[in-house]
This record gives sequence, C-alpha cells and structure tokens, in this order.
Amino acid sequence: MKAFTTLTGVAAPLPMANVDTDKIIAARFLKTIARTGLGKNLFHAMRFNEDGSEKPDFVLNQEPYRKAEILIAFENFGCGSSREHAPWALLDFGIRCVIAPDFADIFHNNSSKNGILPIRLPREICEKLMEDAKMGGNARLTVDLERQVVVRPSGEEIPFEVDAFRKHCLLNGLDDIGQTLQHAPSIDEYEAKRRAEAPWLFA
Amino acid sequence: MANQPRTLFDKIWDAHVVETLQDGTALLYIDRHLVHEVTSPQAFEGLRVAGRQVRSLHGTIAVVDHNIATDASRRTGIEDPESRLQVETLEKNVAEFNVPYIPLLDERQGIVHVIGPELGLSLPGMTIVCGDSHTSTHGALGALAFGIGTSEVEHVLATQTVLQKPAKNMRVTVDGVLPPGCTAKDITLAIIGKIGTAGGTGHVIEYAGEAIRALDMAGRMTLCNMSIEAGARAGMVAPDETTIAYVEGRPHAPKGEAWERAVAWWRSLPSDAGAHFDKEVSLRAEDITPQVTWGTSPEDVLPITGVVPNPADARDETRRAQLTRMVEYMGLIPGQKLTDLKVDVVFIGSCTNSRIEDIRAAAAIARGRQVAPHVRALVVPGSGLVKKQAEAEGLDRILLDAGFEWREAGCSMCLGMNPDKLTPGQRSASTSNRNFEGRQGPGGRTHLCSPAMAAAAAIKGHLADVREFSA
Repeated sequence: MKAFTTLTGVAAPLPMANVDTDKIIAARFLKTIARTGLGKNLFHAMRFNEDGSEKPDFVLNQEPYRKAEILIAFENFGCGSSREHAPWALLDFGIRCVIAPDFADIFHNNSSKNGILPIRLPREICEKLMEDAKMGGNARLTVDLERQVVVRPSGEEIPFEVDAFRKHCLLNGLDDIGQTLQHAPSIDEYEAKRRAEAPWLFA
Repeated sequence: MANQPRTLFDKIWDAHVVETLQDGTALLYIDRHLVHEVTSPQAFEGLRVAGRQVRSLHGTIAVVDHNIATDASRRTGIEDPESRLQVETLEKNVAEFNVPYIPLLDERQGIVHVIGPELGLSLPGMTIVCGDSHTSTHGALGALAFGIGTSEVEHVLATQTVLQKPAKNMRVTVDGVLPPGCTAKDITLAIIGKIGTAGGTGHVIEYAGEAIRALDMAGRMTLCNMSIEAGARAGMVAPDETTIAYVEGRPHAPKGEAWERAVAWWRSLPSDAGAHFDKEVSLRAEDITPQVTWGTSPEDVLPITGVVPNPADARDETRRAQLTRMVEYMGLIPGQKLTDLKVDVVFIGSCTNSRIEDIRAAAAIARGRQVAPHVRALVVPGSGLVKKQAEAEGLDRILLDAGFEWREAGCSMCLGMNPDKLTPGQRSASTSNRNFEGRQGPGGRTHLCSPAMAAAAAIKGHLADVREFSA
C-alpha cells in the first residue's frame, strides 16, 4: 500500500448524497482478477454516454478535475456493496482522499486499506469545501494526515479525526496482515482455548 | 464488569476477541469464511505473492454464485470469457490452497448466503464473514455476520481474524401481528423507509419483538439480509426454539454431545434484560402494509397504495435534486399511482428471497393464473437444494404452467454481472435488495418487493397489491 502523508491537489465537487458502490463501479466491471485498470470505468453511467463518449457536464470530464486527487461529496458515500473494486477504481483514477459528512462502514474500511484517506467532516464544512472545489485549479486543497488538518485555499485549517491505528498504517504504507501476524501466538492461544470450549467450531 | 448486562452482539463479540490493540481496535477471530469468485481472486494472489497459506481450512468454504449463468448453458461451459476466467481462477485457487469448494454442477451449489445456513455451515454464536455485503443474512441464526472487502478476505485467509472496532448496539423492535399479505420483506422495507439507508451506520441491529419472533428462519434471513441497506454493519435475531429446530440435523451442524453443548451456549446468547442499546427504534406490525420501492435507493419506499412523490415537496435542495433525478431515471410522473406502473420483467430470487418459503409464496399466487403476455418472469432458486425441494413439491410445474421461467441457482438478475439483466429502460418488480441506478443492468428500473408481490406484478403486468389476490 502506498503511504499517505500530505496531499496537495485538485478537489472535485460531487454534490450528491448516497453515492453507492454500483455508481462508483458497476457490477459488470467486476469480472477482473486484477486490482488495477478499473479507473477507466469509474462512475461509468454518470461519466459516459451509451456510445462511450464523455458526458461533458460530469465533473471528472472537465478541467482541471480530470486530474482530481480529492473528492468532496455528501452523506453516506460508498453505500451498498462490499466490493473493494470501488476504492480500487477511485485509486486507479487518481483519487487519494474522499471528504464527506459520513461514509458507509465497509467502504470506509476498504478505502483506508488501499491508501485512500476517507475524511468525515460535518455537512456545513463539506459545503464550504464544495464551494472551494468549484473554484477549480486555483483552489487546491491540502490534506495533512500527520497533523490531521485539511487546509483550505484561504489558509484556514480544518481539523479532522482519524483512528490512531489507521493513521499509523496510512502514514507508513503498512498492510494489515504483516502486523496481525506479529500476534500469531495470541491467535494460536485463542484457538486452543476455543477448541476446548466449542469443539464443534473446529470439526 | 463481568455481570454487566450484555447484548447478543456483545456476547458474541466478547467470545471472539483474540486481543485488543491500543486504540481499541480488536483482533476478532472468525469462525466461518465464505468465499466466492468475484471478491477473492486478488486476495489469493496476495497470499501467493507473500508466500502465505490459508490458516483455517475447516473454517473456509468456497462456491461460485455471482457471475454464472442460471440457464441450461452452465452445463456446457461458461460463455463469457471474463466470467469463465473468474470461475477458473477460483477453481485454481481452491485447488492450490486446499480450500473446500462446492463446484458449479454440484447440487449443493447456490448463493453463498443461501447455502451457508442450509448446510449448517452458518451456526448461532459464530462470527461469519464473506467478501459480500449481504453476509448480514447469516445474522438470522443469531450469529455475528458481516461483509468485508478483498483486503480483509486476504487478511482472514492468512490469519483467520479481522481488525475491527466494536460496533454500537441498535435494537429495532417490531411488536404486534403482521397483517395478511405482509412478509419479512415488507418489514425490512418499512424499517429502511423509516430510518433511511444510513440509519444503522456504525451499528449492529438486533431485531426483536413479537412480529420478529413469529418469523420463520427464511423470513429472518430476509430481514437480516437487508440490514446493510439500512447502513448497519450486521443484523441479528437472537437464537430461539425456531433457530434450534432449523439448525438441528443440517449436514455441518454439531451432533451428539457437541450438539448439546452448542445448544446450551446458544441459549445463553440472547441479550440480557437491561442491556444497553445506543439506539432504539420500534414499529407496530399492524401498521405495515405491502411495500414497494419507487426510487433508486431502498429508503425510497412506499405502500403499494401510494403515489410517486413530487420533488417540489422535498425538504431541502440536495433532496430535491435527488428526487428529481430519481423520478427522471425511473421514468415516472409525480402523483402517478404505483399500481399503474407496467412492468417488463419480474425477478424472484437473490440472497434476499430465493429460499423454499419464497418460492412457495410465489407459487401460491401463480397457481392457476397466467403471467401477463408482455412480462418476462424468472424464478431463480437460491441453491440446487432449494430447486430440488421445490421440484419435489411440484412448485416448478405450477410456475412453468403459469408462464414463469424456472432457473438454476445463482445471483442472477440481482446485480447485472451475469447474463440475466435488464436492458435500458426496462422496468422490473424484483425480490432482490438494491434498486440503485443500473443495478440490474445499465438503464434498468428496479422496484423492490416481496416474492408474493413480485408474482402478483407478473400476473397483472403492473405493480399490484397482493391483498387483491385470494390464494
């Protein structure tokens, strides 16, 4: 996983609530055995016409948002399925951070495991950031994970919360498995105890 | 602390914590891991690259369900090259890592969330995960079951654990007696309509109350299945006599002395009196009517007697924009009666509603009637065993005689990634779980409802009130 430290980039405004995982990446694009290459089908129905041409009014088809690295949206971002193809598609397009009032749990989890930082901020702040984002290329946002702040183009700093463990993993680009395997003796011990208590689980 | 009243969720959680890390994240042991073809290839690839093994072979089971055809063509090989590659990749992976696998042509094959309970692989008190959000289904048994992403699939394969913070507890109580024509599907749609698609975010929902206890296991599975549509991490129903009677004798259920010990533990799991719930919601069963979704989110649901909402009445600008888009996408006119909406396709199936009880409910409506001439109606059993049971009861004949298609087991038209899909502009009455834009195929328009309501729509040719049918 690529480490996430500080990101300064263009933020794309997507003023929608309930952006579901089928919108982010439709099921027909899940027939892949790779993690990469999904960016071209990100937001497919909103981004492309049936003949494959771009819909000019969709934000990611406009300059400077074709190069957006941050996405600002409204409530319940990433609701729906558990498909990790959703963060893979965002990442493959170049999005490293999504800011919204709240996220669906599984999407939130999946994002941070792929080096995408999901930031929860109150609705009124998301509305301000949405206005910043609409200013385009002159209005780059900075996301500083170490200090846990989003810096607006005006220089105003907005603090955000993040789990200590997730922050550590993101800052250092650590994948979970290696870390969990350091606890292998505890897992062995748990299994032995559980096998005695509930042998039917190990039949 | 030990005597503090605990919820069903707390008890199962506590029994599975291997270790708690500094910031409160728990290393949670997983009893059962269900694997399918769509969300696992990258996880096995990760294991291979790192030289890791699958830690618990007895705790893991793989099956294909999402991208396979549900017609006779499955017997002659998978036509779509991408689907074929995904299925072949799973077969290669299960062989390489020695993971137990139910092949496509095995009679036990089916939708992962149907076969888990059916085979006794999913049991009360277990932690159950799968790379699929509808894993919440298994909570019907009184298990803690939730969907995970592919990174977590790899994590579970390698370590048999997940890293998670404890969820908050939410209780949804439905007391009273459900009126005729209403089912578990109507309860779940009514709940989502009330609390919204983010109403359960961060929580595990325990369903309680007289109307829930009265549901059979299939109904409880429908209810728990759609907990994710309310944003919840999982849904659960406390194990009771209905649960124990369901589990007993299933192929992978404990036997003999182990059974007695298991049942004793399961009986200790229901929430203690006075246990704390962070959020409580209650509904009266008598107030529930047959439900149908009209928009493109499961929360946009109404009684079948309702009319299409007017975006002008929306509470704020975001909602108005949302409603306007939904009305347009769904091809509706504000004020239009829902029962005036003609359907092109009826889909009875999916992990929400494809069990034998669901097929019986559809057949009861179909018996002696005919599907409207302009409607294509599919009935897709959730597993090969459900199909076999239905055929033993003669339900296939009733449905075929009425003009329904009778298919092989799989996810089918729930998600538009196999040959069963809507074409742009087609309208469906569907017993599945999501009515998102394009969910059943690009441009498809989905109305979610119960199996009886879907069968009624097939017969009438438009969305219809099942209460107008006498069995």
